[in-house]
Amino acid sequence: MPYIDEITPKTIETDKLYLDMGVTEDEFSRIQTILNRLPNYTELGLFSVMWSEHCSYKHSKAVLKKFPVEGDRVLQGPGEGAGVIDIGDNQAAVFKMESHNHPSAIEPYEGAATGVGGILRDIFSMGARPVALLNSLRFGELTNPRVKYLFEGVVSGIAGYGNCVGVPTVGGEVQFDDCYEGNPLVNAMCVGLIDHSDLQQGIAKGTGNPVLYVGAGTGRDGIHGATFASEELSEQSESKRPSVQVGDPFTEKLLIEACLEAVRHPQLVGIQDMGAAGLTSSSAEMASKAGSGIHLNLDDVPQREEKMTPYEMMLSESQERMLLVIEQGSEKEFTDLFERWGLQAKVIGEVTDNQRMTLSFQGDTVADVPVDSLAEDAPVYHPDSVEPERFRAFQAAGQPNLTAEDPEEILLTLLQQPTIASKEWVYEQYDYMVQTNTVVQPGSDAAVLRMRGTDKALAMTTDANSRFLYLDPYTGGQMAVAEAARNLVCSGAEPLGVTDCLNYGSPENPEIYWELERSTDGLSEACRALNTPVVGGNVSLYNETAKGAVYPTPVVGMVGLIDKLDHITTQTVKNAGDAVYSLGKAGNDFAGSELQKVTEGRIYGPAPTFDLAAETERQTKVLTAIRKQTVQSAHDISEGGFAPALAEKLFSSGLGVDVTLTQSESLTASLFSETPSRYIITVREEDRERFEKLVPEAEMIGRVTETPQCMIRGNDGTPLINRSVQELENVWRGAIPCYLKSED
Amino acid sequence: MKFAVIVFPGSNCDKDMYYAVKNELGEEAEYVFHDETSLDRFDAVLLPGGFSYGDYLRSGAIAQFSPVMEAVKKAAAAGKPVLGVCNGFQVLLEAGLLPGAMRRNKGLKFICKPVTLRTEENATMFTSEYKQGEMITVPVAHGDGNYYCSDEDYRILKENGRIVFTYTDDLNGSKANIAGILNESGNVLGMMPHPERAVDTLLGSADGLPLFRSIVANWRETHAVHR
Repeated sequence: MPYIDEITPKTIETDKLYLDMGVTEDEFSRIQTILNRLPNYTELGLFSVMWSEHCSYKHSKAVLKKFPVEGDRVLQGPGEGAGVIDIGDNQAAVFKMESHNHPSAIEPYEGAATGVGGILRDIFSMGARPVALLNSLRFGELTNPRVKYLFEGVVSGIAGYGNCVGVPTVGGEVQFDDCYEGNPLVNAMCVGLIDHSDLQQGIAKGTGNPVLYVGAGTGRDGIHGATFASEELSEQSESKRPSVQVGDPFTEKLLIEACLEAVRHPQLVGIQDMGAAGLTSSSAEMASKAGSGIHLNLDDVPQREEKMTPYEMMLSESQERMLLVIEQGSEKEFTDLFERWGLQAKVIGEVTDNQRMTLSFQGDTVADVPVDSLAEDAPVYHPDSVEPERFRAFQAAGQPNLTAEDPEEILLTLLQQPTIASKEWVYEQYDYMVQTNTVVQPGSDAAVLRMRGTDKALAMTTDANSRFLYLDPYTGGQMAVAEAARNLVCSGAEPLGVTDCLNYGSPENPEIYWELERSTDGLSEACRALNTPVVGGNVSLYNETAKGAVYPTPVVGMVGLIDKLDHITTQTVKNAGDAVYSLGKAGNDFAGSELQKVTEGRIYGPAPTFDLAAETERQTKVLTAIRKQTVQSAHDISEGGFAPALAEKLFSSGLGVDVTLTQSESLTASLFSETPSRYIITVREEDRERFEKLVPEAEMIGRVTETPQCMIRGNDGTPLINRSVQELENVWRGAIPCYLKSED
Repeated sequence: MKFAVIVFPGSNCDKDMYYAVKNELGEEAEYVFHDETSLDRFDAVLLPGGFSYGDYLRSGAIAQFSPVMEAVKKAAAAGKPVLGVCNGFQVLLEAGLLPGAMRRNKGLKFICKPVTLRTEENATMFTSEYKQGEMITVPVAHGDGNYYCSDEDYRILKENGRIVFTYTDDLNGSKANIAGILNESGNVLGMMPHPERAVDTLLGSADGLPLFRSIVANWRETHAVHR
């Protein structure tokens, strides 16, 4: 039965070749039990990718179960290509986030570009038109030359792909910390729009129905990409460069248009993207979901390289490919449809009723395995979990007592920190306007897109402050969800749902697994409190190098709905004379803050005190105040604290501000602490009374001024910070280009 | 008035162009696929932005060989308004309907942002609704927008009022900050900035709308007899 050129099953067993594919001894014997014989090389390949962490979630399944996945608006929870949330008027938002960390660490341009390509396919394979892309990025410090190379490469890869396919890249975040030096995080999110009736599923049902392969030919690129994504990066990783695929956004653009036409064809049965583990995962998952089997004739697979083996074809992660199941007799209609878009479409197999995946090649059966064993029966691990020493130490340390001797200098320094500084250098390389729906452009708390033909808009954001997660995964996890929701609320949106991308080190390390457990507890609880179910996402483990693991970084992608275009709110101050309100008291929360990082060179201590109930209540009040049209601008206080947030509100406004700090025992805390759940809001004089009734805790601290000066006074009226907005804006805008230009 | 919106494989601003004409201008618009051969039923032709044929080889280089380009040339020769925006401009250059060539932006990076343009010439069928010298805000989104032409071509363009829009600073390395130029007979305009993205103040600017209005106003004048 094995294909002649391949290694014999006996050799695989005796030489333990499975170990090279990331299959453990236990897993290998499990495969033997399932097959009741030794697997051949091709079959072992199928199991190795389908049972990789990337495809099977074998180390994370247990924690993913905790997420709330249901809600009134949920039309599709986790399990399909993307989650789907009802947004009224028979329309739905389809969204998902996915990581492409390891490919980007090795080959930043193509790694990031194909990350964008993959997430787009997850959205349009659901039948939705992709309307927006976001990216959540983490790198090491910008003083390191390799980090600069990765940063520039990733950004141009995202631009190169997203710009060409004509989907606007409207938002996201970029943060910089040492722990990401050798292992950057590149998480791409896509949001699509769909009418309920067009919703598709990736299923292969109806015995005898043809399986149609569409798109680019299969090459040897990306073989074992999913396995590569499921191990730590090492010095040998460079040799895995061939595991990184190469993207072709032009073909993707054609695929989008053709597939959106195909999904409206009544004879389409199912459609799925060939993503991680390519032909293997798409065919096995489609059959498994339908309770069917699938037979593929590999001689018919379109190939762009010669003499490819069944193993190579099944494991290739060549980009821009889709798998469709269509009704018998409609073959010509579909192939014609794709041909009109210049795409090849070829029948490569059929749906069977035996719940097995059978592969034939040159007249031989080269694989015959139960589909469920690939798609469903991967082992589920419950790794050991141990609270790290550092956590106890951080809890015991208490909040550090920091004092800003020269607040003006501190503010200037903070505004130049790459994590706080303007990301214009990044987003100006992205076409964030194509499709002409982008109302709130990158740089605000959340991106906002109008929905053409309605009075509604969608708001979207990605967030996770991993420093707090490093200090305290549980509290940090709650805070990540809360911050995402706060950002949406500031833009005038009601948060609806979450997609997450869980980036961690190796789960086989008990301390890392503890981080995963605790942080997902925090995320789950916050998602419940804020009524934002998790409708999809991705897990990326093994994000570590010889120097250690990344901070636990569960990136929260959140989508919200704005009922009326009039409710769209931005962070920038609007009119001189408006009252400035501060909402939420600053405590001495310096652990994990930007101030602690710049003054002490490291972070330590307990995460800020965080009250989920208070957070939820405050969000409701602010959103109500915005909907009652009493708010001119709203901005949440995050990295750097109050002073940088206030400065950001002034940039590009041509206006200034004169405020007096009233509360707080410590001026440093008032200016720079990162106590969560806080906002700065501006209100017109005539709306003040109504606003104060709606948000009684808000405290008026000053006015927006005609003079473009940022004036912050102590409670006795003496100026603490008194700088021109232009000066602040220049350092904030210039910081990242400056880092990239400097030679060292 | 009926506008054709040409769709090449890889065009991605075709819908934006269509909506600008249909929704904001209130005129008729229809998509025309790259393999069609006649544009006789249209009064004006719009070549949208995007990455036609992936912009492989060179931006716009492959699109010039599309069957529809013969019809575009015919429409241009017949004096119909032909507007190429961004990739559409690049296609017009490659097809020889406008002089010059496009190079990579001088910073070698894609640039997407709203920019200020100066209306250098308002005595054209595309700009009559602007004031001479009017400053307008229109977004750019391109990687290859660095316009180049010979000194002789530049002199001819300049002397004949064929430089229609300029950037107010050196955005991308373009010769004399050129953002948009006309052909000799004044009915073919190529420009890198996207007027179709500036037709609604909700998205930041409606300064592109007068450009489309100019096309309609001038067409109405010359076609008064038929209406």
